[in-house]
Amino acid sequence: MSRRRRRKAEEQFFTWLMRFSLLGAACVLGLILFTIFWRGLDALSWEMISQAPQGGFYLGKGGGILNAIVGSLYLGAGATLLALCIAVPVVLYLHTYAADPRIRSGVRLALDIMWGIPSIVYGAFGFSLMVFLGLRASLLAGIITLALVVLPILARTLDEVVEMTPRQLREVTLALGATRFEWMGVLLRQSIPGLVTAILLAFGRGIGDAASVLFTAGYTDNMPQSLLRPVASLPLAVFFQLSTPFPEVQARAYASALVLTVLILVISLLAHLSMARLGRHVIR
Amino acid sequence: MEAIRDTTLVRRTGVLPRRSGRRPSLRRATLDWAAHRFSASTAVVVAVLVIGIGAALLARSRPLLDVYSLRELLLGQVWLPSQGLFGFAPFIAGSLVVTAVAMAISVVPAILSGIYLAEYVTARTRTALKPVIDLLVGIPSVVYGLWGVLFIVPLVRDHLGPWADRTLGQSIPVFSRSNPSGYGLLAAGFVLAVMVFPLIVAVTEEVMRSVHREMRETLLSLGATRWETTKTIVRHAGLPGILAAIVLGFSRAFGETLAVMMTVGNVARMPRSIFDPAYPLPALIANNYGEMMSIPLYESALMSAALLLLVVVVVFNAGARLAVERLVRKGAA
Repeated sequence: MSRRRRRKAEEQFFTWLMRFSLLGAACVLGLILFTIFWRGLDALSWEMISQAPQGGFYLGKGGGILNAIVGSLYLGAGATLLALCIAVPVVLYLHTYAADPRIRSGVRLALDIMWGIPSIVYGAFGFSLMVFLGLRASLLAGIITLALVVLPILARTLDEVVEMTPRQLREVTLALGATRFEWMGVLLRQSIPGLVTAILLAFGRGIGDAASVLFTAGYTDNMPQSLLRPVASLPLAVFFQLSTPFPEVQARAYASALVLTVLILVISLLAHLSMARLGRHVIR
Repeated sequence: MEAIRDTTLVRRTGVLPRRSGRRPSLRRATLDWAAHRFSASTAVVVAVLVIGIGAALLARSRPLLDVYSLRELLLGQVWLPSQGLFGFAPFIAGSLVVTAVAMAISVVPAILSGIYLAEYVTARTRTALKPVIDLLVGIPSVVYGLWGVLFIVPLVRDHLGPWADRTLGQSIPVFSRSNPSGYGLLAAGFVLAVMVFPLIVAVTEEVMRSVHREMRETLLSLGATRWETTKTIVRHAGLPGILAAIVLGFSRAFGETLAVMMTVGNVARMPRSIFDPAYPLPALIANNYGEMMSIPLYESALMSAALLLLVVVVVFNAGARLAVERLVRKGAA
């Protein structure tokens, strides 16, 4: 009888330990959001998000971070678009033309490895590429580097979605005499909801990544104007404002972080919604 | 492939009207051919990228590697680029220790959470909890760093530090409070722990769920409690996968830049206590980019640091991914 009680106690103990771990993680997430909102809301103003920095911004004078917001959107959108141009054909190739399973697992391993490479290494690689090509820190260099960071996320997420399309669909499509290129179209159509989710995930990651754009996109107080000029980004705006010694400027870093966090929250919310909403037309 | 062959067969036997078995028109065949070439070439691009990144970094590190031996670089303790001293040891130690602190904090709760999500929870609860984990992954590194600066650093400075100094620090030097600022290995390790937590949870859950259903049902029908079932499954099927989850978390933490850089203190010294400031490799690269052009071999040294990071992370990642893949395939078979 006591043995039974001991087993039951062990069961209870570990169940609660596991619940406690999960609860702890949820609490930490709540704490992060609370800290960012609480400290950020104080410093946030309409001026912050509607103006570019004016003279003496980093000494506490007027202006805002619109340059960084727009810059981050450009960087994220450009990188996602560029990565799409590679990710979509690669994933469709894996599911249509690639007959050899070794090629398939090889490409997937390469993508997984790319996923694991830290973004600071991409930054260093992007920088050496820039030196090699004679480019300077610019929006274009930032987009190219960031595209490398986003590519594996995009490709692997899409890959998993395409993987879930029913097998019969392939047989039906090919039996109707379609070429494999036409089959690609069917697959793509089937995975549009997943594609949208993947794009949003990649876009969010692109906006939030700082280490890769630190040397490649540079930083500027001007609004982004040209592909060949440096561009500001939100994470770096947070970072640079935080490293000044002035409390007013540091408060702006909190506000910038709030803007960044809200952007990311909205994007991941959209990603979740899109999965549910757009999934209606998919054959399962 | 087979499907196409079948249609030609149909045409030869003439069972169906000719039209349905006709070869694709020239236009469609050309499109098909072009799509094949194009998509295959993008796959080649991906493979070339992975190799190209390594090759480019190696090429840029060559000037430094030609002058100094690997031993000198990896074990050298002094970092004074202006005098030609490039000792990576304090940075490597900083990276290793901060990652180790993060893993010590996050591994046990993360694995328990992963197991809970895989074994104990209904599908509905799981879909409700998943977004929380996803959200933790999505928060940018700089936001974690800011949270560390606003919350963790003061916590370490005002509470954990003095407390550890009064109790453990008296007898164990690793816990002695060497640095009153709060910025240091413990603060950065804590922030990193939060960042790698969701990754370890996700991989653990995936691995546990790939274990045969029968195994679970057999154990439960023999009268085992759920926890006993879980223990047995982990021992006999899940252990390599969970190790892989830890390795993946480790390699993610090892390369994390901004959040660590903001909280770790950035002092290039061999760490002695968990309250010491340190200077991990990614922070070294990120902090010194501006001034590296003026000093000979400096850029090459930073590229070597990047190469070192790349090699460690790629080896760990590839190993862990291969292990997970083998496991999941075995579970599915």
